[in-house]
Amino acid sequence: MAANEIDVKYVAHLARLGLTPGEEQKMSAHLAGILGYIEKLKELDVTGVEPTAHAVPMVNVTRPDVVRPSLPHEAALANAPAQANGLFLVPKIVE
Amino acid sequence: MLNQSTIAGLTARLARREISARDLTQACLDQIARVDGTVHAFISYDAADALAQADAADRDLAAGVTLAQKPLLGIPIGVKDVLAVKGQPLNCGSKILGRYISPYDATVVQKLKAAGAVVFGRLNMDEFAMGSSTETSAFGLTRNPWDATRIPGGSSGGSAAAVAADEAIATLGSDTGGSIRQPAALCGCVGLKPTYGRVSRYGLVAFASSLDQIGPFTKDVRDAALLLGVISGHDPLDSTSVPQPVPDYTAALDGNIRGLKLGLPREYLIGGLDPEVKAAVDAAVQQFTALGAEIVDISLPHTDYAVATYYIIATAEASANLARFDGIRYGLRVDGADPVQLYTKTRGAGFGAEVKRRIILGTYVLSSGYYDAYYLRAQKVRTLIRNDFLKAFEKVDAIVTPTTPTAAFKIGEKSGDPLQMYLSDIFTISCNLAGISGLSLPCGFTAAPKLPIGLQLLGRPFGETTLLKLAHAYEQSTPWHRERPALYES
Repeated sequence: MAANEIDVKYVAHLARLGLTPGEEQKMSAHLAGILGYIEKLKELDVTGVEPTAHAVPMVNVTRPDVVRPSLPHEAALANAPAQANGLFLVPKIVE
Repeated sequence: MLNQSTIAGLTARLARREISARDLTQACLDQIARVDGTVHAFISYDAADALAQADAADRDLAAGVTLAQKPLLGIPIGVKDVLAVKGQPLNCGSKILGRYISPYDATVVQKLKAAGAVVFGRLNMDEFAMGSSTETSAFGLTRNPWDATRIPGGSSGGSAAAVAADEAIATLGSDTGGSIRQPAALCGCVGLKPTYGRVSRYGLVAFASSLDQIGPFTKDVRDAALLLGVISGHDPLDSTSVPQPVPDYTAALDGNIRGLKLGLPREYLIGGLDPEVKAAVDAAVQQFTALGAEIVDISLPHTDYAVATYYIIATAEASANLARFDGIRYGLRVDGADPVQLYTKTRGAGFGAEVKRRIILGTYVLSSGYYDAYYLRAQKVRTLIRNDFLKAFEKVDAIVTPTTPTAAFKIGEKSGDPLQMYLSDIFTISCNLAGISGLSLPCGFTAAPKLPIGLQLLGRPFGETTLLKLAHAYEQSTPWHRERPALYES
């Protein structure tokens, strides 16, 4: 798919990101340039190369399974935009 | 002036009770009052809280607490607005966090406090650390103390400018693709990005989790060694922090670099390299030779692919990390009829243009049908880039390069062209992809206007001791770190 064919509206929906029509237009132009540049990775032959997700690979890092104090309820709610009865308040999800 | 001194110089005077921690903190606050109207390194600072911490340090000093117990006792240290400090605001240079107040300390902040430091200020940054100029901050731009018409670099522009302008003795920043080393170079201070896993990321708001590291900005190399020693170490609260002992980084600063091998990568002599920057770096290489180091030509063949690789991996990770800013548990909320509308409106109103661009790019490269072509391929190229470095480190102890292709550019010069902005990170980005250590220190100035030039040293994973040793020997044999911006005289 050519870079200029990116459906910004669709990707913005996936990201739950509100964009104005002006922002969408500007974004398309900038992304076309950036994706055009990124295409250069296709020059490389990566057959048989393992992907790197982390530079210092450490797997299955665990800590002792012991009870320890966590953030107090009140502190966790202190920054909430809306709260009620010790809970985060959100718009209605199910009818 | 007290606020111009180094940590090493000040702790000795504090210990002898020649000066008080209160006077020192007050000197920094006075300097902020004098110059921060122009520089704007700080988004905000809590002077009363800083002075209260200074008074506590003075009580400790009176009670005979030693430097061995608290190595930073009474030293004012500023932090980038991406690190949690309990009871203080945290905004990441963004509108989306609203009036957020941190409920806990980041591990590095806890370590600074335990070492006796006066932790103060919210230092300006590109929004969510996405930028190379601090121009994407929602709290206005920071100006370079050497020339107020120019950017300080980014994303940790406030952290670098505050040290260069002597508004703090040292600061902390974070580095995902050069965000410590690049502003350190452009503002003329020392900046160190530790090896991935050396410093705990707990309490650092995540941008790209596999690349982010916290590190110090200081006025000289010894202070960087001191501060790195304080903030390093394994942390059970960060599963990617590495359980490796923390050496005394200052012990290696003996000036003796005879026989150390320094690699000069031929790929870094690119077209866009400014002639004055090249001349300064060439002279630094000569100086290393004079000090007894051996220069070895090396090749890092995949250098040209680093920026493209970075902007896939970093944006992909960012798009996932920034999903948490949804208006539910904290920060800004713009109401909607249902949760999806609420998320969409909140994020649309709260994020700035660069953050939106990167969320879209990151979401796109991870989306169904494009994952293999972009994200997986970038991860494989990341392996090739890392292997280049590991192979080079079989032959050399460290690698020397310019930190940036040019000195500080003008405000507004690159803000309209994201790709040009991204390409300004060309020398710093590979280090994060490879997970190795890197440091920038001053190596000269351009002629007119007079702007700092940075030298980058790249080291093996956990090779910070060698980097600091090399940097210290070079610094002590050159005059650059003693220069101060003209900001003062006016």
